[in-house]
Amino acid sequence: MSDLNINQKVSEMLQRSEANAQQDEKTFVRPEDELREVVAPDGSIIKINPLYDYYSGERPQEDKPKNAIVEKFLNWARSESIWVLGFGTGCGSIEIPPLVTPRYDMFRFGVQMRATPRQSNAFIISGYLSVKTLKRVIRSYEQMPSPKYVIALGSCTINGGMYYDSYSTINRLDKYLPVDVYIAGCMPRPEALLAGFGELKRLIKEGKGEKANEYARNFDEYKANQKKIIKDWNMPDYNW
Amino acid sequence: MEHARLQLVNKLFNDRPKSYKYNLFQMKLLIDRLTQHYNLTDYKQQRHNLAFVTVDKQLSPDIITHLRDYEGFSHFVLLSCVDWIEDDKLQLTYLLNQPNHKYEIGVRVLIDRKNPEMVSLHKMWKQIWTYQRELHEAFGIIFPGSPRLEENFVLEGWTEKPHMLRDFDTKEYAERTYFPRPGRTSNDPATYMREKLYPNQPVTAKTNKND
Repeated sequence: MSDLNINQKVSEMLQRSEANAQQDEKTFVRPEDELREVVAPDGSIIKINPLYDYYSGERPQEDKPKNAIVEKFLNWARSESIWVLGFGTGCGSIEIPPLVTPRYDMFRFGVQMRATPRQSNAFIISGYLSVKTLKRVIRSYEQMPSPKYVIALGSCTINGGMYYDSYSTINRLDKYLPVDVYIAGCMPRPEALLAGFGELKRLIKEGKGEKANEYARNFDEYKANQKKIIKDWNMPDYNW
Repeated sequence: MEHARLQLVNKLFNDRPKSYKYNLFQMKLLIDRLTQHYNLTDYKQQRHNLAFVTVDKQLSPDIITHLRDYEGFSHFVLLSCVDWIEDDKLQLTYLLNQPNHKYEIGVRVLIDRKNPEMVSLHKMWKQIWTYQRELHEAFGIIFPGSPRLEENFVLEGWTEKPHMLRDFDTKEYAERTYFPRPGRTSNDPATYMREKLYPNQPVTAKTNKND
């Protein structure tokens, strides 16, 4: 009986390896993106294609402000609760931890860090951004709920900074993501970061924090720029 | 009891801090032993506990195996590469460590820059294949038989020529790809000195390999 089982297993493995080889010839699919079978809560087996079933292929929609008075109240509320995604992309991420200490204390301004993009509405691009990181940044940014804001920290995000001639880091962030506030410096101190939060709050209160809508409006342009430098684009165009 | 005491004394004697002269003497003995067996094209004593030897490409696996198996260089430290574009060569350095005598030897191998290929040594020390993957991406060196050589190491989807070769113009590539912001000025001291103080100086001088 056990011999039979072993034979069965060997033949299965051979079949699988042949199938894998055929797949490899077509395209390289990462292990986490392979087709799989999942057991649903009611016991039935569902076939899953992660690239199409776990992400949405829909474009982002523009959500324009409607009622001026309601929007003013909403903007006040939004500006008082800025939840920042804890994603350090470069050397500037070392300037963020002091903000959580009693000396600087960003909580008094209604700013706090979150561990997941689905709970946050502000993204600090802290310093230089390599192409490899940009891919992850785009995925995280698109998972954040709207309205969302981007703070570009340091001169590397403005014109490339001291890495302007590097083959792996981008020069201008605003070609790939819409930026609300720039904080210049190399690196800016935590006080400058707090001033940047103040500026962002002012913009939101004035109703100018509409960059998520701008991203939806110029979606094709941004995607073209992103795809120009991310050569191995192996994800859906829009992945909520 | 007596045996244990002797063992301890021996251990203490072997583990004692070695002097500068002792290390240097041991290294000289080592190089003497090596020259009896192999033809070393170049030898340089960098420090009392570090020397570099240059060997032929065909001989290098033999010498490294000899160093590991007979001279006690059991610890592989790193594998690095230098691009000598003027000589049309790539220089590989295998840095090996001898834990008992606490000295290191760097085995340098010069390979052709046009057709960069080197024997894969991943069967001697398993970790070498990671270095070889890195060198394949950065310099385009081929190590036949090295596992996962073609996979991405640091960059993703790189289609240009290997980025660490000196004739890859990184500034030109960045300007072509990453939308440079106009109006950027430079206050680089080296540029200022070249333009204002030493206008007749050649821009690039050939680097001295023995430095």
